[in-house]
Amino acid sequence: MMSSEFLGNWFLPGLWITLQVTFLSAALAFVIAFPIGVLRTHRLWIVRFLAGAYFEIFRSTSSLVFMYWIAFTVPPVFNISFQPMFAGVLALGITYGAYASEIVRGALAAVPPAQREAGIALNFTPFQRLRRIELPQAWPEMIPPFNNLLIELLKGTSLVSLIAVADMTFAGDLLRLVTNDSAPIYTLLLVLYFVLAFVLTRGMRLLERHAKKRVGQAPEKTGLFGGVRATSSIDAVTGTGGAK
Amino acid sequence: MNWNWSHVDDFMPLFWDGVQLTLKALFFGTLIAFSLGLVWAIAQRSERKWIRWPVTAVTEFIRSTPLLVQLFFLFYVVPQWGPSMSPLTTGIVGLGLHYSTYTSEVYRAGIEGVPAGQWEAATAVSLSRRRTWTAVILPQAVRRVIPALGNYVIIMLKESPQMAAIGALDMLGQAQGYSQATFTYEAISVVGVAFIVIAYPASVLLRVLERRLVR
Repeated sequence: MMSSEFLGNWFLPGLWITLQVTFLSAALAFVIAFPIGVLRTHRLWIVRFLAGAYFEIFRSTSSLVFMYWIAFTVPPVFNISFQPMFAGVLALGITYGAYASEIVRGALAAVPPAQREAGIALNFTPFQRLRRIELPQAWPEMIPPFNNLLIELLKGTSLVSLIAVADMTFAGDLLRLVTNDSAPIYTLLLVLYFVLAFVLTRGMRLLERHAKKRVGQAPEKTGLFGGVRATSSIDAVTGTGGAK
Repeated sequence: MNWNWSHVDDFMPLFWDGVQLTLKALFFGTLIAFSLGLVWAIAQRSERKWIRWPVTAVTEFIRSTPLLVQLFFLFYVVPQWGPSMSPLTTGIVGLGLHYSTYTSEVYRAGIEGVPAGQWEAATAVSLSRRRTWTAVILPQAVRRVIPALGNYVIIMLKESPQMAAIGALDMLGQAQGYSQATFTYEAISVVGVAFIVIAYPASVLLRVLERRLVR
């Protein structure tokens, strides 16, 4: 059975690494998603094409294979070296950034055109229009699909254990090798991931309520046990729904 | 830049074996995901609480936890009291079970999209419950959700390399095996490109299909 020593030395640090990887790759995905999503609505076709190409390529990429590629192929081919965790965060951030850019694009496209026209009538520059009119209204629409994507990302962080980052799943694997008693370990792991997903969802709901209040929309009522997933019209992972 | 094309050539026979295994896993995984997902979706519409609640809880749990850990669970824990499965079978069952919880949501949306008048009409001509589902509701619901289901096939393809972690020799498993045996690193790139080459045209095809079927 699980010794407290093991718990302190591997499992809790593993939980911490999982949280770190989730947070860092979510931040990277977020930073990538906004420019790419906005550029996909640009008026020049070449800009739209390049941003669209980023989306299509990384949406078609398997994040695990990409992670292996960054961790094991890039260092010898280009004679550089980095931490495995860096490779994991980079791979997750880049692929989930592509999914998230679709959310940004879809939410921007769903802002009523009259809002954009009003901005033009008031002689706003395109950037002012984006910052003052379109993004503030699109933002509350983005949060529920971002929530779903964040849960997918949290699940995706378990992949970093395969490139030797000592996250929760890695600790579980080690423990299985040491004790050969896998049932309680993997049950605990699954429950922990579920609890993390649940907590993240609650946090995102708060964020959504706050964002909706700011643009004068009534927040949707959801009970404490309203499910882990948000219901949203835009499905980033499958790329269905939302305004085209 | 250190790159040797001859390693790529040497890897190709193994690569094609891997492609076969990946597609096999994808095919059977899809069958499980599509059929089990429909079962979950119909069970969640049941009038009996003792069917609806457990199914909702279980699908929610499976959907919120990583496929990788589920694969480990199926591969290392289940044989202690259940059947022992090969890596490929575990991969198929894992993929199918995991994505059935996603397809059930797709079916649910499709079923909810069928106008209430259709249910009422089926009652009016006194169709049995079974006939209502098979002859009226499902044909209309499924047609609408085929593109969304297809998208999950592409997602399953992209997640399938996780079964290499339990020793299945899919594309990634073959690449890992080759790289470790020969101390080379080119093989992974072939696999990475292969995923884009398969997944991108498939998603374009689905978008065309979506335009045809949905509107």
